[in-house]
Amino acid sequence: MEIFQIGVLLLDATLRTSTPLILAALAGIFSERSGTINLALEGMMLGGAFSAATIAFYTGNPWIGLLAAIATTIGLSLIHGFACITQRGNQVVSGMAINILMSGLTALVGIALFAQGGKTPALDKASRFQPITLPGAEAVRDVPILGPIYFELLSGHNVLVYIAFFAVPAAWWVMYRTRFGLRLRAVGENPGAVDTAGISVVLMRYRAVVCSGVLVGMSGAYLSTAQGASFLQDMTAGKGYIALAAMVFGKWRPFPALFACLLFGFLDAAATRLQGVILPGIGEVPVQLVQALPYVLTVILLAGFIGRATPPKALGRAYVKER
Amino acid sequence: MHQMHGTGETGAVQPAIELRGIDKRFGAVHANKEIDLKVDKGTIHGIVGENGAGKSTLMSILYGFYQADGGTIHVDGKLCDIKGSEDAIAAGIGMVHQHFMLVETFSVLENVILGVEGGAVLRDGVDKARVELERLEREYSLDIDPDAIVGDLSVGLQQRVEILKALYRGAEILILDEPTGVLTPQEADHLFRILATLKEQGKTVVLITHKLREIMAATDNVSVMRQGAMVADRKTAQTSPEELSELMVGRRVLLRLEKGEANPAATVLHVNNLCVDNAQGVRKVKNASFTVRAGEIVGIAGVSGNGQSELLEALGGIRSASEGSVLLNDQDVTPGKGVDAAELRKRGVAHVPEDRHRMAMVTGFTAKEAAILGYEDDPAYNKGILLDWNAISKATANMMSEFDVRPDDPDLKAANFSGGNQQKLVLAREIMRDPELLLVGQPTRGVDIGAIEFIHKRIVAMRDAGKAVLLVSVELDEIMSLADRILVMCDGVIIGEVSAAEANERILGLMMAGVDPNQAKAAEGQA
Amino acid sequence: MSNVVQLPRWIDVGLLPILNLVLALAVSGLVVLAIGENPIEVVEVLLYGAFGYDEAWGYTLYYTTNFVFTGLAFAVAFQCGLFNIGAEGQAYIGGLGVALSALYLDFLPFPVMLIVSAIAAAAFGAGWAYIPAYLQARRGSHIVITTIMFNFIASSVMVYLLVNVLRPEGSMSPESARIAEHLTLPNIVSLASWFGIEAANSPLNLSFVYAIIASVLVWLLIWHTRWGYSIRTAGANSVAATYAGIEPGRHIIMAMMISGALASFVALNEVMGAQQRLLIDFTAGYGFVGIAVALMGRNHPFGIFLASLLFGMLYQGGAELGFEIPTISNDMVVVIQGLVILFTGAMGNMLRPGVGGIYQKLYVAWINRRNSRESA
Repeated sequence: MEIFQIGVLLLDATLRTSTPLILAALAGIFSERSGTINLALEGMMLGGAFSAATIAFYTGNPWIGLLAAIATTIGLSLIHGFACITQRGNQVVSGMAINILMSGLTALVGIALFAQGGKTPALDKASRFQPITLPGAEAVRDVPILGPIYFELLSGHNVLVYIAFFAVPAAWWVMYRTRFGLRLRAVGENPGAVDTAGISVVLMRYRAVVCSGVLVGMSGAYLSTAQGASFLQDMTAGKGYIALAAMVFGKWRPFPALFACLLFGFLDAAATRLQGVILPGIGEVPVQLVQALPYVLTVILLAGFIGRATPPKALGRAYVKER
Repeated sequence: MHQMHGTGETGAVQPAIELRGIDKRFGAVHANKEIDLKVDKGTIHGIVGENGAGKSTLMSILYGFYQADGGTIHVDGKLCDIKGSEDAIAAGIGMVHQHFMLVETFSVLENVILGVEGGAVLRDGVDKARVELERLEREYSLDIDPDAIVGDLSVGLQQRVEILKALYRGAEILILDEPTGVLTPQEADHLFRILATLKEQGKTVVLITHKLREIMAATDNVSVMRQGAMVADRKTAQTSPEELSELMVGRRVLLRLEKGEANPAATVLHVNNLCVDNAQGVRKVKNASFTVRAGEIVGIAGVSGNGQSELLEALGGIRSASEGSVLLNDQDVTPGKGVDAAELRKRGVAHVPEDRHRMAMVTGFTAKEAAILGYEDDPAYNKGILLDWNAISKATANMMSEFDVRPDDPDLKAANFSGGNQQKLVLAREIMRDPELLLVGQPTRGVDIGAIEFIHKRIVAMRDAGKAVLLVSVELDEIMSLADRILVMCDGVIIGEVSAAEANERILGLMMAGVDPNQAKAAEGQA
Repeated sequence: MSNVVQLPRWIDVGLLPILNLVLALAVSGLVVLAIGENPIEVVEVLLYGAFGYDEAWGYTLYYTTNFVFTGLAFAVAFQCGLFNIGAEGQAYIGGLGVALSALYLDFLPFPVMLIVSAIAAAAFGAGWAYIPAYLQARRGSHIVITTIMFNFIASSVMVYLLVNVLRPEGSMSPESARIAEHLTLPNIVSLASWFGIEAANSPLNLSFVYAIIASVLVWLLIWHTRWGYSIRTAGANSVAATYAGIEPGRHIIMAMMISGALASFVALNEVMGAQQRLLIDFTAGYGFVGIAVALMGRNHPFGIFLASLLFGMLYQGGAELGFEIPTISNDMVVVIQGLVILFTGAMGNMLRPGVGGIYQKLYVAWINRRNSRESA
């Protein structure tokens, strides 16, 4: 029974840690399926987290904070889009630039505004996204097995967690069941086909990066106004890159990416709980190495040892009409 | 077929397309010069011209892919302002591009509806689209599985998808840009039957090609382009391949080069049952066996894509042999088994590849950097561990004067030379090494007329100097004027050999289509 | 797209990069204004911090050393058509090589250690770069993603080693033991004293000389040897390389290993020179600055040196900022760095049509005037 209890708690933590990854990975999918490499997830997440915390602090309303985060990341997406789509600049370089820029800018502005060494002031309860108790959760709490699963695991998360999990089927539906998705996937595979079909390649790609911006903005807001209660300098700590890895691991598809995020989230949650734990026969768990697992797994996948990750064909290439 | 000529001349029927004074420049290149063109409704209209004559540019303007700098487009007598593909589609124009504009990961149906999905949610439009697609398939006998993934289809079927795409969008006018370049002869025949059906149904077809045979066989009218200008319009029935080729080139083509008898000596290259697979594992060369002797030019003819490229690349050490062996002066140089391009160069094999831009040079390099590609290890170019740029510059200048490369500036970027001058530099690099064996592919593709003659003479001079030359070309004229013996490839197999004396376009054409050489010669005897 | 008049080289490699830099600095100025400070004052503080006093120079050049190494690392890979985002991790692992050799081979005399530690750094850095290089060359794994992953893996491995293995008994901080004094790289004070000069104290050390030597060697390698020629060919056109008998995969691996070795030399400056022990996160983002430096310096050693100097100045001057203007931290430097990468790297061609147009107009006007004068 104790193991069951630990398992439920671990999975519960997994949901929390994987939420920002899911939103950011979906953001990456929207951008990359349309042909624009998005290494800027890390920086955009950071920007979103900062805006959300700052605006939520001033307004006392996490929803306005969320909107601010989304506005910030859409703005960053448009900069990235301008560099990659309009200027046909190097997409890797643009992504790195935004990551570095946001790492500096969030700290700089944070210090200028609040003089707390890059932190934003702690948010009170009302300025944060609060856990939601699902209907009937209290009632079934003591039912064996199902009770804890419903009460601990499924209920009691904040709204962004539910949005993230809802976003996966939604993204799938948009991607595979709508005109917009068809065109978006086409533009990432063969922009020439889209252009000759009378659709603007540039506009399509901008739309895709804006979608990407909306999703990654939510991911950033989650970090600072849902999971945490303030912005901390460089608080993403590589989560944007883990999301990127999850996107690659999920072969640029929403549901597989979800499972990659859950796996990576689980590893993270487990690593935190394994800190200092001594397992019989193994000794102390090398927590750092568990934390490195998502990266190692992604490299192994990319090496083609477990399946093949085929990126969209036109990924990374700006569209130039052939002569 | 012939009754149509009357209507065109009297002008009683509006032409389906009329272009007036279309002009287009790309920087310094004047791609289209004041072009006028009339295409009659319900006809198949051919546009011929050499590579780079401006055919594709003109059609891309008609399809809204580029904007003309000047001139007007009239469709069915109405002035059309075509700003993008969507305007062209609205005007009833469809285009099958040379490089297919298909999404390979999509199904046929998804490709067809892209851009005309019929609603924000796919399901609404898809069922209707499927019915419509099936109707079109029946009507034009374009059999294809709507749910097949396009990437899995053969090139010929992919082309059908392109045609279906255009028809689905209600195209009345269909432009096909070099449609047979990638097709097998059988697929090409099928395509022409489809085009004939389209014509019967009242559609107008514009066929861009540089293959005169296709023009003669399939079109009602033909227009000829040369160096960006429209130089002639003819009724196909009233012209001949000779006239068209003269119009394309601007003067009588030098069909036979002045050259003496070959004096073949010892065998230099001995190819035994060579098999070569491409990257996808498809066998492209099947059991090729032949020899090339010192002092002779052996030509390999064939429709592009029948294994010649892979054969040449294997002999050049770029691809590995899957089976068989290659001997150079009785030494085993089978590609892949420890023998690569560098090793072959050391043993006296020079290689002028088919694709100049992709393979023979790095366009971002300067001429002198391009002039040592493959020979950068040569002691003459190195001083100790460092490259000797002075020596390289001198060597390059020498190549440039010997092969008349203009401008003769070793520090100029390779990209800034014209195609002919780039090719001359590549030839100079390879020929001036004084190789035992010269492999040369499409030596005059995209090269101006003056340079063609020069290049041909240099290749013959190699032969006369007692070197072995293997020439791959899809231009029959070139093969016939240069080669002493001609091998014909079809579907990866060397169908047979003809001597230069026996060869003519008919025999070679039959063999290229896979007809046994003896039958081909017999057919020729009867004709 | 091609212009009638070709842009001269000085516009391409001189004016445009400078204009892009000015643009990046101008936007940085706007950021300062937005915070409510005076950009001019910030520039004054930066310049004073970078050059205003004796120690400052030393610090500026000490940072420059790191940036030269990581900039060269990025450039060498770039010449082979590769984006090595992994200099950070390669330098970090290089530090392990330096620390291990200096700590466990401490019986070696100093001159031998000079060579051994450099070889150890290079071997570890190149080894770490080898895996992504191999995966790119032989299995087609995208090197941008794999090098990013390898930065994180390196970080985890190093934290693990520092916490669990290298940490001396009884010490609480995750760092290695100190390197014996006689084995550290001589700093500017002792170097200057050899020549009888008195220098102000700073972390600047012998590795600055290494950086200059490395720049010259890279320049020779890339543009004046057949190996460099082969690397450039493989990077520019892999099909042409195969045709020429230059196997692209082998050259990808070679270029990446040279790149990794160059990045690892940061460890000489830091571990052997400035810190004299292996610290957690001693690379401090220098690997990423290398991207900015290389892009600004047009992937040429000379340009990289100038750009490194600029960034060395910004880093040192930026440290001063935090003291002088409380509302502006040295994160300002990171902002500038990001903007420089954005404007000179990703949007590097934004000004080209405009500048090209102006040049063309001036050129035509000049020709016309000359012609009319001649005819008059």
